[in-house]
Amino acid sequence: MNVLIIAAKEIHQAIRNRWVLAATLLLAGLALSLTFLGSAPTGNVGVRTLDVVVVSLSSLTIFLVPLIALLISHDAIVGEMERGTMVLLLSYPVARWQVLLGKFLGHLAVLAFATCLGYGAAVGALAATGSQIDSDSLLAFAAMVGSSVLLGAAFVAIGYLVSALVRDRGTAAGICIGLWLLLVLIYDMALLGVLALDQGRSISAAVLNAMLLSNPTDAYRLINLTGFANVSTFAGMAGLAQTTSLTIPVLLAALLGWTLLPLGLAALAFSRREL
Amino acid sequence: MTSTVCVSDVTKTYGRVEAVRDASFTLGQGELVALIGHNGAGKTTLMKLMLGLIRPSKGVIEVLGDNPAAGEFAGRRQLGYLPENVSFDPALTGRETQAFYARLKREPVAKALELLDAVGLGAASRRRVSTYSKGMRQRLGLAQALLGQPRVLLLDEPTTGLDPELRQTFYDIIARLAAGGATVLLSSHALTELEERAGRVIIMNRGIKVADGSIDELRRLARLPTRIRLKVAGLAPCEMPGWAPQDTTCRRLNGHIVEIDAAPERKIELLHRATAAGNAVEDVDVVPPTLDELYAHFLRQSEQAP
Repeated sequence: MNVLIIAAKEIHQAIRNRWVLAATLLLAGLALSLTFLGSAPTGNVGVRTLDVVVVSLSSLTIFLVPLIALLISHDAIVGEMERGTMVLLLSYPVARWQVLLGKFLGHLAVLAFATCLGYGAAVGALAATGSQIDSDSLLAFAAMVGSSVLLGAAFVAIGYLVSALVRDRGTAAGICIGLWLLLVLIYDMALLGVLALDQGRSISAAVLNAMLLSNPTDAYRLINLTGFANVSTFAGMAGLAQTTSLTIPVLLAALLGWTLLPLGLAALAFSRREL
Repeated sequence: MTSTVCVSDVTKTYGRVEAVRDASFTLGQGELVALIGHNGAGKTTLMKLMLGLIRPSKGVIEVLGDNPAAGEFAGRRQLGYLPENVSFDPALTGRETQAFYARLKREPVAKALELLDAVGLGAASRRRVSTYSKGMRQRLGLAQALLGQPRVLLLDEPTTGLDPELRQTFYDIIARLAAGGATVLLSSHALTELEERAGRVIIMNRGIKVADGSIDELRRLARLPTRIRLKVAGLAPCEMPGWAPQDTTCRRLNGHIVEIDAAPERKIELLHRATAAGNAVEDVDVVPPTLDELYAHFLRQSEQAP
């Protein structure tokens, strides 16, 4: 009950602050432009447009959704402490984990709403312009939207963990930007570099899999680019899709773990926090 | 008298700083207690300890049957708190904020909104909190603290930013609550305001409780002189009345007022002497030591103690 009250207030605030509007418009705008401009190189003949959209949109999601998630989550705890609202909230009959979970549900709802509506606009636009959409493509697209929300959940949880640990908002923002750069950009480049240097001598497939699973964005990428045969041919990952032993359930479990572990740690850190 | 808040041997240290040291007291139902002390004396720390926002380094606290340090909060439905410099989410309106807090306490929202009128927020309650002045935020803070007939009220500097009229209303409200059996603990710098209202005063200095009792008890303990001011006719500017005893301090204030510092048990004797002197005395004022003076006295005493 308390969790829902707090979640409802978070959603209310996000609507008021135009977070919902901004995130939805941003995602919808990018999804629509990718849908229509992104198909230029492949042309429209004989290609299932929606599959191309899944490839380009999921690549975009990897950059954008974690950024939005960290933006709304990094100041969830430390920001309320600095503004002084947390002291009052915690004097009410609520447990600290309820506060955290309520905020999480609220922020997740905002993110899910923006993603579904924003990306849904792309499908709607394709259908309206008369493109052929078959059920395989639609399934891949739905999986992309769902996993995008899950990716957002993981980064919201990571943002909370940072927010529960640091002393001020500036530090939280700095650490979150650093984490974003590391997980979204640097990690893959470093991984590629290591693989190129190693030439397959000491890094076995199992080690590679572990390395891919230890970054939520890679788990997300693999779900969307290799999970569906119709999509992986466009993603240029068909080869990897055949060799990798990471199945969709394993990848989803990794994303879920990346959500629950930081969330649990954030709850632990927050419960020990003195205000 | 049932106790609602029990603080026993509580110490709270931040690094090397002892914010509260070995504080013990019990607050009972229906008590209106003033917690006074200069900035950094440990008043806010004590309230935060009672709310479980921080945990004591030593000692135990019990509030409405809960141990707040262990994260117990069942009793908090009957607890109201107004933090120092209260703040709210700026994007929501006053009504939305009050409704949110009412839901957390499982109080009917309609009744909660009536409180907004009681504190005089009225029409402003439909505006966003970001547009509020300090006084309006303080009113909203009071309204949320009064939610649900609290049995314990912790008010940290509640009257700062309130205009005199609302101050009066505020004291009326909390006096009514205390009469109904609520424990009210309020910290303040406005000592003169508290003097007539607080049934009990706790004085803190550098984290140590230096005095605890009703104002009369503190006056007895402090043994500060009562000042008797007499308007005496026919005295030369520096002359003292002949009947004034040699062992008391007398001074002339202005033109024709004589001020005598009287030890508590000699008040009546001095007044007898003054009236026995005939009709030279035109007017009498008896000024007992004020809370300000008592406060200063106990602070001095605690500074001198090793």
